[in-house]
Amino acid sequence: METTLKQSWRDNAYRALGISPEDAKLSKTYLLVSFTTLLIGGLLGLLQGLNRAGLLELPTWLNYYQVLTAHGILLILVFTSFFTIGYFYAVHSHTLGGLLPKVRKLAWIGFNLKIVGLVLAVIPILMNEASVMFTFYPPLAAHPVFYFGLVFFVIGIWMCAFGSFIQVANWRKENKGQHVPILSYFATGVFVLLFFSSIFVAIEVFMIIPWALGWVETINVMLARTLFWAFGHTLVNIWYLSAVSAWYVVVPKVIGGRRFSDTLTRVVIILLVVLNIPGGFHHQIIDPGIHESVKFLHVFMSLAIGFPSLMTAYAMFAVFEKTARKKGGRGIFRWFSKLPWGDVRFLAPMVAMIAFIPGGAGGIAQSTNQLNQVAHNTLWVVGHFHLTLGTSVALTFFGISYWLVPYLSKRVLTPAINKLGIYQTIFWSAGMVFMAGAMHWVGLLGSPRRTSYTTYFDNATALSWDPYLMFLAVGGTLLTIGILIQVYAVIHLMFFAPKGETEFPIADVEDIATPTPYWTERWGMIIVIMLLVIGMGYVIPVVDMIINAPPGSPPFRPW
Amino acid sequence: MKFHLDEKIWLIASFGVIIGMMLFTGYQTFVLGMGPPSGMETIDPQKVDVTAPFDEPGVYEIGENEYEVVMTLQLFSFTPNNIEIPAGSTVHFTMTSKDVTHGIQVAGTNINAMVMPGHIQRITQKFDETGEYLVLCNEYCGTGHQFMATTITVK
Repeated sequence: METTLKQSWRDNAYRALGISPEDAKLSKTYLLVSFTTLLIGGLLGLLQGLNRAGLLELPTWLNYYQVLTAHGILLILVFTSFFTIGYFYAVHSHTLGGLLPKVRKLAWIGFNLKIVGLVLAVIPILMNEASVMFTFYPPLAAHPVFYFGLVFFVIGIWMCAFGSFIQVANWRKENKGQHVPILSYFATGVFVLLFFSSIFVAIEVFMIIPWALGWVETINVMLARTLFWAFGHTLVNIWYLSAVSAWYVVVPKVIGGRRFSDTLTRVVIILLVVLNIPGGFHHQIIDPGIHESVKFLHVFMSLAIGFPSLMTAYAMFAVFEKTARKKGGRGIFRWFSKLPWGDVRFLAPMVAMIAFIPGGAGGIAQSTNQLNQVAHNTLWVVGHFHLTLGTSVALTFFGISYWLVPYLSKRVLTPAINKLGIYQTIFWSAGMVFMAGAMHWVGLLGSPRRTSYTTYFDNATALSWDPYLMFLAVGGTLLTIGILIQVYAVIHLMFFAPKGETEFPIADVEDIATPTPYWTERWGMIIVIMLLVIGMGYVIPVVDMIINAPPGSPPFRPW
Repeated sequence: MKFHLDEKIWLIASFGVIIGMMLFTGYQTFVLGMGPPSGMETIDPQKVDVTAPFDEPGVYEIGENEYEVVMTLQLFSFTPNNIEIPAGSTVHFTMTSKDVTHGIQVAGTNINAMVMPGHIQRITQKFDETGEYLVLCNEYCGTGHQFMATTITVK
């Protein structure tokens, strides 16, 4: 009784006074690193765009492949993970009554480990000792320090995952029989996936380290690649799941509505957690060493991940229509005008969702075997993930920043910054239309990804791609302007905006909502099912890769 | 959890799209033999030069209008290169890598396959239209990756 009272008092105090300074500092620091990374990674992206268009020759001390390795690691791993952790720790602080001191400590330890890892990984890249791309496929061998950096980074992420689990477990102990608040539920899904998928890459890195140090002579190339994709594919879906949390929970509040069915929301999270990891195989559809029938099974395993997203698409538009009609919206499409298009907290995630329509459709197409063969390793794929990760995820994160940062810094979003955010969204959307659009098209014509500007000895086919590649420079320039505006807005909201209280927008469920079944809280069961699905996807091909392995490969440094 | 009728229709249609893609892919793979390149044979990647058939890479006529190209991929070239074949021939490519992971792609065709050390990859293509086809490496393989290219001329 006494503990419950104390707990509810603490919860209320947090709601009334806002986030505690210690918790705010943690999330603010994470966000600051995240947006600094965005700035650096984005500028590197501009260099690539200009090079690919044939407008800029990069110097030998900072060549295209160094820039591309850094761009990939900074944006797909660092920008996203720091944002996600900063966001979900603020979520835990807000909805679970403040972070426990030991949880906060874990998050700081994780922060330091990740920074150490980042520095260790970036130094060899700058020294041109690790031009291995974000995928670091053996037998390309980077300087061993690069892999040590990855180890520190992964352990840092684990610390944050454990912190989240401890925080949620503690809340459940003090609130027996209740459902974990929805955003913390999303966080649990995200950290479960982060933890289990990074086990695969950890195994891979521990295969690589003794080989890169020269202690063992050869490595199983195929196995390393498969372990990487179990992680690499899941990673991008984790950032997507983080963005989806804002679509389901935050956006309805911003537009003045209620959220869609709580049960469906939780089922979507469970499905994304359970189905995700075997999706890695759709990066290996045209690899040797994997049997055709296994690849066919994996068409289903990959496309199944699309199903929860199709559920999400329905849910989002249902919420929009319901809310708009309540405000007097009419007609089949005219009700769209009742949505708050002038509010960046809505506009940015809305454009993000719209981008996911072609992004998701392209994803379904390219993970289908024979269609993948047309698009694999062409610029189409790069266009695809700039739509999904670069737009759906990034723009949602930007949209979140316009309320999360002032909430943390106890400041307010001024109309001027809101307007700036609208321009930001427009620059970003236009930039991606040019860049991702051109990438998709020229990819279908055959232009490869991860290749610096080349005419292949003045080959006529290659020269015919050049006009499309010009759009990469145009789009990249617009995106760079977008990044500069975004980083300015974050800095302003964190340090200079007027003082005041900003709400943490969490929509309520409908008044007549049916109660959510309690089995959705049984994470033990969900994880067991997830492991079974991973087993279905991986046991046969991985055992095959180990038993029927060819003699291994020695390390190569062809740069 | 209660579903509205239009939601049920949407979800059934969504599921239908997925199953439809599956059936179509399966039909193409197992009936029409259009499955993705999945060579299952292996080779010692450090002994490619002394292992048949890669000890003698080249273009071999194996039947009427049918050719086999035994090809090695290495930093940063294809062997053999500048291949010439008559129009209307079916070409079977048998490939492996002598060093890192490469990819072969022939613009304007469906030839697209990963070629990895230790594995023998196979892909077949019929060339009907005359002209010069650009062959390129589409997996980053090092500092000269952007120069790893050759041509197939169909006469």
